[in-house]
Amino acid sequence: MAPKRRKDDERATSLEHLLAAKEIAVVCGSGGVGKTTTAAAAAAMAAASLGGKVLVVTVDPARRLANALGLEGFGNKEKPVPPDAFKQAGVQPRGELWAAMLDTKESWDALIHMHAPDKETAKRILDNPLYQNVSGRFVQSHDYIAMERLYEIHTSGDYDLIVVDTPPTRNAIDFLEAPEHMADFFSSRFLRWLTAPARSRVINFASRPFYQVADRILGTQFLQDISEFFMNFQTMYDGFVERARAVDRLLHDRRTTFIVVSTLEHVPVREAEFFIEALDERKFHLGALVLNKVLPSYFRDEGATKVAERLCSDSPEVAHAAESLIANPDKAAPVLREVGESFLNFQVVAKREQEQRNELAKLPEVVATVPYFDSDIYDMGGLLDLGFQIWGRRD
Amino acid sequence: MARDLLDHKLLFVTGKGGVGKSTVAAALALLASQRGKRTLACEIDAKGNLSDFFESGPTDYEPREVQPNLYAMSMDTEASLQEYLRLQMRLPAIARIGPLARAFEFVATAAPGVREILTVGKPVWEVREGHYDLVVVDAVATGHIVSQLAAPQSINELVHVGLIRQQTGWLIDILGKKETTGLVIVTTPEEMPVNETIELAGRVEDETDVALKGIVVNRVLPELFGRGEEEVFEELRQPAAVGALDDSLGSPVEPVFEAARLAVTMRRTRAGHLDRLRTSIDSSIPLLYVPYLFMRAHGFRTTRQVAEALSAELSY
Ligand SMILES: Nc1ncnc2c1ncn2[C@@H]1O[C@H](COP(=O)(O)OP(=O)(O)OP(=O)(O)O)[C@@H](O)[C@H]1O
Ligand SMILES: Nc1ncnc2c1ncn2[C@@H]1O[C@H](COP(=O)(O)OP(=O)(O)OP(=O)(O)O)[C@@H](O)[C@H]1O
Ligand SMILES: [Mg+2]
Ligand SMILES: [Mg+2]
Repeated sequence: MAPKRRKDDERATSLEHLLAAKEIAVVCGSGGVGKTTTAAAAAAMAAASLGGKVLVVTVDPARRLANALGLEGFGNKEKPVPPDAFKQAGVQPRGELWAAMLDTKESWDALIHMHAPDKETAKRILDNPLYQNVSGRFVQSHDYIAMERLYEIHTSGDYDLIVVDTPPTRNAIDFLEAPEHMADFFSSRFLRWLTAPARSRVINFASRPFYQVADRILGTQFLQDISEFFMNFQTMYDGFVERARAVDRLLHDRRTTFIVVSTLEHVPVREAEFFIEALDERKFHLGALVLNKVLPSYFRDEGATKVAERLCSDSPEVAHAAESLIANPDKAAPVLREVGESFLNFQVVAKREQEQRNELAKLPEVVATVPYFDSDIYDMGGLLDLGFQIWGRRD
Repeated sequence: MARDLLDHKLLFVTGKGGVGKSTVAAALALLASQRGKRTLACEIDAKGNLSDFFESGPTDYEPREVQPNLYAMSMDTEASLQEYLRLQMRLPAIARIGPLARAFEFVATAAPGVREILTVGKPVWEVREGHYDLVVVDAVATGHIVSQLAAPQSINELVHVGLIRQQTGWLIDILGKKETTGLVIVTTPEEMPVNETIELAGRVEDETDVALKGIVVNRVLPELFGRGEEEVFEELRQPAAVGALDDSLGSPVEPVFEAARLAVTMRRTRAGHLDRLRTSIDSSIPLLYVPYLFMRAHGFRTTRQVAEALSAELSY
């Protein structure tokens, strides 16, 4: 059995404390900032040091990362991450790490089977050409399905902690509102009209100019296809709405926390701010902010800056000191100058990052900074390296 | 040929989120306008910020001249629907678009291509009407571009009658014409963007009529050392040399060396991804490299510099 978790209300001062007290962590942020990597790293750390059964649900991991997590094939099923992965990284985990990939299509199919009143209706829906589109792009369906899947797994009670990665959305708050949108969609007037019995529809039709327009543009046949499809869909209305509400409640539950990931580039930072604000307004629990891919702090060090400037301005003189110690002394000066110039180049970026950091107004209790790693992160060792960066008490 | 990129009439610029789509789209448009082409930069991404790259105030559906010869606009599906109904369907302007827009939203949610046809339709229409020499589209990210470019076909498959069906012909025509229309994918030399680029190149070929005409590799880090210099650097990093340099500088050289090492390994990791890109993409597709710009702020200056870099890449 998993070790007992802290359930007290004490404020978390590190990601470790935060995750020890929560059952669900939703990792979100702008595209490409490192959500998938952070989610996997946080889950790996939790499994390694907190113990218990920890699941990471990822969306679109890089292939090598998927391999590292033992997720070669596609599919929704949760799988244990081979303990060998930890062993190779020299770590003896206290708990178990499990991983699952989010497969939107498969999750939708499962949802249809669950909510459809009978097998025939389910089949009619699944076979409709419109369904492909609906399951792929339906009102933020990707976002909704991620949350839906989370609900299902959480309800199973199999895990002590679930860390959920989120899909790259155009707008980070989309998926917070996905359950609501889903409920709205099913209550739409147009849907009711489309699925009304044919005769009353004809009457309505004549009286509503915009349906005439719709008919002229799309053709009666197509409108009929749509209405037939939604007629079948309608049978699932209650199930869907109820479920969407339950998902929304779970996200608001005090056992759920949100981890916002951002880089210190302009656009992601603005998005992170916006998202933090949105979480606050909607009364979700903001647990931590992870600032990822940040240039190392030595770029802002004054001593180092002076050194770099001297390397640029009088490299021959500086090089002189070391010339007797190397095989190719005439090349020392240009190399030192290039090293100095490169430092000052990156420093421009590092300073801009610092400005972005300072501008962040509202911050959660836990703020972790992760440096830019030399290379991609694609194995357990790399994940744990990143994990250590976010785990401890800091800032 | 890379040289001919700006000789198209319609260019769609796509790529993974954040790689520099808008920067490159703005730069290509600027470059074309500088070369005397009447150019429209059209942003069809709802959350767009294309106007930031011209620093010329907000743009809306009505194209506005932001530089000599250079016009900018941003997509607004509702305005596009209005215009579409008026121009294509010959319906009178509808006073209350609200209910129709809502019904449209609903249908568009379910039916593939209905929304896309409006967003893609506008720039294609501008091309058909010959209003501009070149239309550069700051398009949606890799995940959605295929469904956008293939929208007219999807409509054809699902809708068998009705006015919308009759409108797809000229769209398909223009999108499929190789000398007229081209797709540009922007990437950075990083793992995920490169993966997405390779995957997208395949899907564009299989699922759309639009031809891939170039890949812009953005934010390429400079090679820090020339030939033989890296060995010298390694020697200088030996403790004895570091000690001597510290004495001469009066301050530790270590962080500056560490920074150089980071720059070298970052570049090396990226070179691996670039190799993968080169070997996975048809060799007839030009790769255009844009260096990482170490600049304090981003805006029109970035656009100009990227335009210069692209200009150099396009002219050999
Ligand atoms: N601190 C870091 N240093 C260096 N590389 C990193 C770091 N964090 C993440 N990366 C790399 O950045 C890339 C993007 O990371 P990741 O896939 O986690 O982002 P994401 O936010 O999930 O992206 P998407 O929005 O596309 O889902 C990966 O190749 C990953 O290895
Ligand atoms: N070559 C470059 N060197 C340095 N910074 C760059 C370069 N190209 C673009 N940038 C900067 O990177 C950031 C992202 O660029 P941009 O907004 O063009 O990307 P995008 O792909 O359009 O993003 P989105 O997916 O959000 O639309 C901007 O701040 C931009 O100024
Ligand atoms: Mg991801
Ligand atoms: Mg953009």
